[in-house]
Amino acid sequence: MPAPDQPPHPDLSRAERRGIVRDALAVAVATGAYGISFGAIAVSSGLSIAQACALSLLVFTGASQFALVGVVAAGGAPLSGTATALLLGSRNTLYGLRVAPLVGWTGWRRAAAAHLLIDESTAMSVSRGSPAAARLGFLSTGLAVFALWNLATVGGAVAGEQLGDPRTYGLDAAVAAAFLALLWPRLADRRNQGVALLGAAVALALVPVTAAGVPVLAAGAVALLVGVLSRRPDPTEYPTRDDLPGGGEHR
Amino acid sequence: MTWTAVLLAALGCYLLKLLGLSVPAAVLEHPVVERVADLLPVALLAALVAVQAIADGPDLVLDARLAGVAVAVVALLLRAPFIVVVGLAATTAALLRLL
Repeated sequence: MPAPDQPPHPDLSRAERRGIVRDALAVAVATGAYGISFGAIAVSSGLSIAQACALSLLVFTGASQFALVGVVAAGGAPLSGTATALLLGSRNTLYGLRVAPLVGWTGWRRAAAAHLLIDESTAMSVSRGSPAAARLGFLSTGLAVFALWNLATVGGAVAGEQLGDPRTYGLDAAVAAAFLALLWPRLADRRNQGVALLGAAVALALVPVTAAGVPVLAAGAVALLVGVLSRRPDPTEYPTRDDLPGGGEHR
Repeated sequence: MTWTAVLLAALGCYLLKLLGLSVPAAVLEHPVVERVADLLPVALLAALVAVQAIADGPDLVLDARLAGVAVAVVALLLRAPFIVVVGLAATTAALLRLL
């Protein structure tokens, strides 16, 4: 119990706080479910259990982690996996621009909060009405997802190590499906569909003639080119709770 | 080598997050920056799907993986949760290889 003279979130009623935390837990449980697939896929792609866990603990942004693992699995140079992970991680920078004024953290609080800046924590804070609610939404979601994502990674990685040849269990197809599921919510837009097809085509065209890992990075150039040449105004799309596993079907 | 890649990705991804929380929004809120940042995940994820499903070393091969992805598309159209989509793709590919 917080001391009565120092409530942690003075603007929020007890019911509001409880609702925000309950939403955070629902999202975290659903996210944890795919942490299991991440752990299993990472280990069957040739990473050690420790490396899989380090990715979830230290990188802690799902698409970038899957990308690094995917490039390593395809036989690419690990550093081209890093480059792909960083390009995907640049999304979080734009989320930060939107989240920063809502939560108003500085100094060590900001440095600590930065690690938790992901789709889920962004979605559960930008939709809130007050700074106190945004802060609680961000922290409760970020911490709950962090805890379950890492637990799930350990579980998935340990299970993955028992499996042996990943092809026997179709884990190579599972990796492709995981990328597709991450891509899927972005395909509603017509221009995005075009960019996706072009990115895939460029990558496949380069597979026979370049080192593994390069084709995917080259697809990033498609995004760069279309982004620079296109005139359409395109404000950053922030994730909403409907985009999150566990966020949409709940309530 | 893999450890170097993991740790560099960790450092880089953290700095990208910290940058977003630290710079004034006006510094990065440029239409081209926003468009590119929105399109990067689309192009990269699509390329990752394609390479993962079709490339085998330097060769392009149509095999059980692509069938798994096709089943994943159906599962996504039916709004199945992530773990179900991934699980069905794996099961499909595994069963086809048993045949």
